[in-house]
Amino acid sequence: MPQFFDLFAYSFFQNAFAASILISLLSALIGTYIVARKNVFISGGITHASFGGIGLAYYLGLNPFLGAAVFAVLTGTSIEWITNKGKMREDSAIAILWSLGMALGIIFVFLTPGYAPNLMSFLFGSILSVGRSDVLLIGGLTLLTALFFLLAYRPIIYTAFDPEFSSINGIKVAFYRYSMAVLVALAIVVSIRAMGIILVLSLFTIPQTTALLYTHSFKRIVALAAIFALSGALIGLYVAYAMNIPSGAAIIFVLTLQYLLLKGIDLLHRQRRRNTAD
Amino acid sequence: MSKLLANIERVSAGYNGETVLRNISLKIHDHDFIGVIGPNGGGKTTMVKVLLGLLTPYKGKVSQPSGPIRIGYLPQAAQIDRSFPITVQELVESGLQGRRFWRPGPGKAQKKQIAQILHETGLSAYAHRAIGELSGGQLQRTLLGRALIKEPNLLVLDEPNTYVDKTFEGELYHWLQELNKKMAILLVSHDVGTISSMVKTIACVNQELHYHPSNVLSAELLKVYNCPIDVIAHGPVPHRVLGEHRH
Ligand SMILES: Nc1ncnc2c1ncn2[C@@H]1O[C@H](COP(=O)(O)OP(=O)(O)O)[C@@H](O)[C@H]1O
Ligand SMILES: [Mg+2]
Repeated sequence: MPQFFDLFAYSFFQNAFAASILISLLSALIGTYIVARKNVFISGGITHASFGGIGLAYYLGLNPFLGAAVFAVLTGTSIEWITNKGKMREDSAIAILWSLGMALGIIFVFLTPGYAPNLMSFLFGSILSVGRSDVLLIGGLTLLTALFFLLAYRPIIYTAFDPEFSSINGIKVAFYRYSMAVLVALAIVVSIRAMGIILVLSLFTIPQTTALLYTHSFKRIVALAAIFALSGALIGLYVAYAMNIPSGAAIIFVLTLQYLLLKGIDLLHRQRRRNTAD
Repeated sequence: MSKLLANIERVSAGYNGETVLRNISLKIHDHDFIGVIGPNGGGKTTMVKVLLGLLTPYKGKVSQPSGPIRIGYLPQAAQIDRSFPITVQELVESGLQGRRFWRPGPGKAQKKQIAQILHETGLSAYAHRAIGELSGGQLQRTLLGRALIKEPNLLVLDEPNTYVDKTFEGELYHWLQELNKKMAILLVSHDVGTISSMVKTIACVNQELHYHPSNVLSAELLKVYNCPIDVIAHGPVPHRVLGEHRH
């Protein structure tokens, strides 16, 4: 263990550590919204569609995360729009945007002459390679999201839970739902750097699923999910460094183990209670 | 003199260009207690949505001739996602009129009001429970609390008796009688037997709307109204043809 603390001398590790904490908080807030609205599939669509933006940005010589952000926000808001209008099957729309994004990404990456960007780093991410500017970006978004939740917690969950009733009551439903669609998209994009396209969604859902073992109140899910995400991210970070494996995969592995362990304990408790009740 | 609270005039409405309601009219006065009956898919919920301003009609208009009214709404149970992580107190609180929702949230007077409603609906002990942990009757009481908290002039209930036990149903009908002293009520139900004893008048909705200014309906009349629903359910059906009815 002393070895682990020695790592803090390195700035790459300080960045990874800060990013882990920030992403855990961000994913606790945004992930709980995603899980509450049962938007996991939508978020998968946003994540994969953003790959098209990465490819296009490479092709045009722009910042790939800017491209990803544009594609993700467009996908998120379009799906929200389709959901509200109800003119098209939502799941079909998501599937189309999902695969179209991936296809565009692959096409543009292959069309880009000369140096082929490291695809692996986008697919699997690397929290150990985030820089100071990434940390600032993630920090800024986390702060913005936390402020929005702090100020507007009620309308956020009311419009998620029952948009019709909210609109009768004079809440600006579209404002909150589209704002959240944008925040969800941006949260996913800033986390891709660390977790990778394939794994990022798990960070937004496994801690929440673990929290649901103990509570069904939105606020408490956020609090517990933050704790579970943080422990998963930090232990995963250490495992990734110690075993020299991709950090995203290590974190998801730890999160899953954590869930299974707590689920097992929960089941044992229930079993024991049932036995003593007999 | 009774006040005209809401006026649905010659409304045609539906979804994606298809017509569900054809040229319907209905006047709602204060102290009214209107039972809305009709077959499944007949357009009862659609009419409620038009009344609430959630659905813009193709033709006709909905107005509130005596000035803006407060409408309390209890949606159909199927519309509620019971697994959503929201607590009983949060749900009741969401019935307060908008704007107040930004931090710091409801003021002292409103907090008292919330506690009062939780007490009246017998949910004080469940205030911090998630709605997923409630029984069907408890959930309906929570939703009723949300509808009542802003002290509406008109209470609209869309099939509140589905998924609930008989005890709650009896309790609900008792409450509605009390509430009717203070507000107009529009009660949607596909079960004419149960509601006809409480309501004052009946609207049959099946694409068209036939208003019946009494709570006594015969099977023959239902046929005339093109309202094919079960009248058998509860006790003998009054067999009386009424002279007066407008269309
Ligand atoms: N959101 C919607 N989009 C398209 N069609 C709808 C929608 N809601 C209801 N309908 C259709 O409108 C008709 C009337 O439905 P509804 O008003 O819910 O009837 P009721 O409440 O009397 O059972 C039904 O044929 C239903 O399929
Ligand atoms: Mg209905």
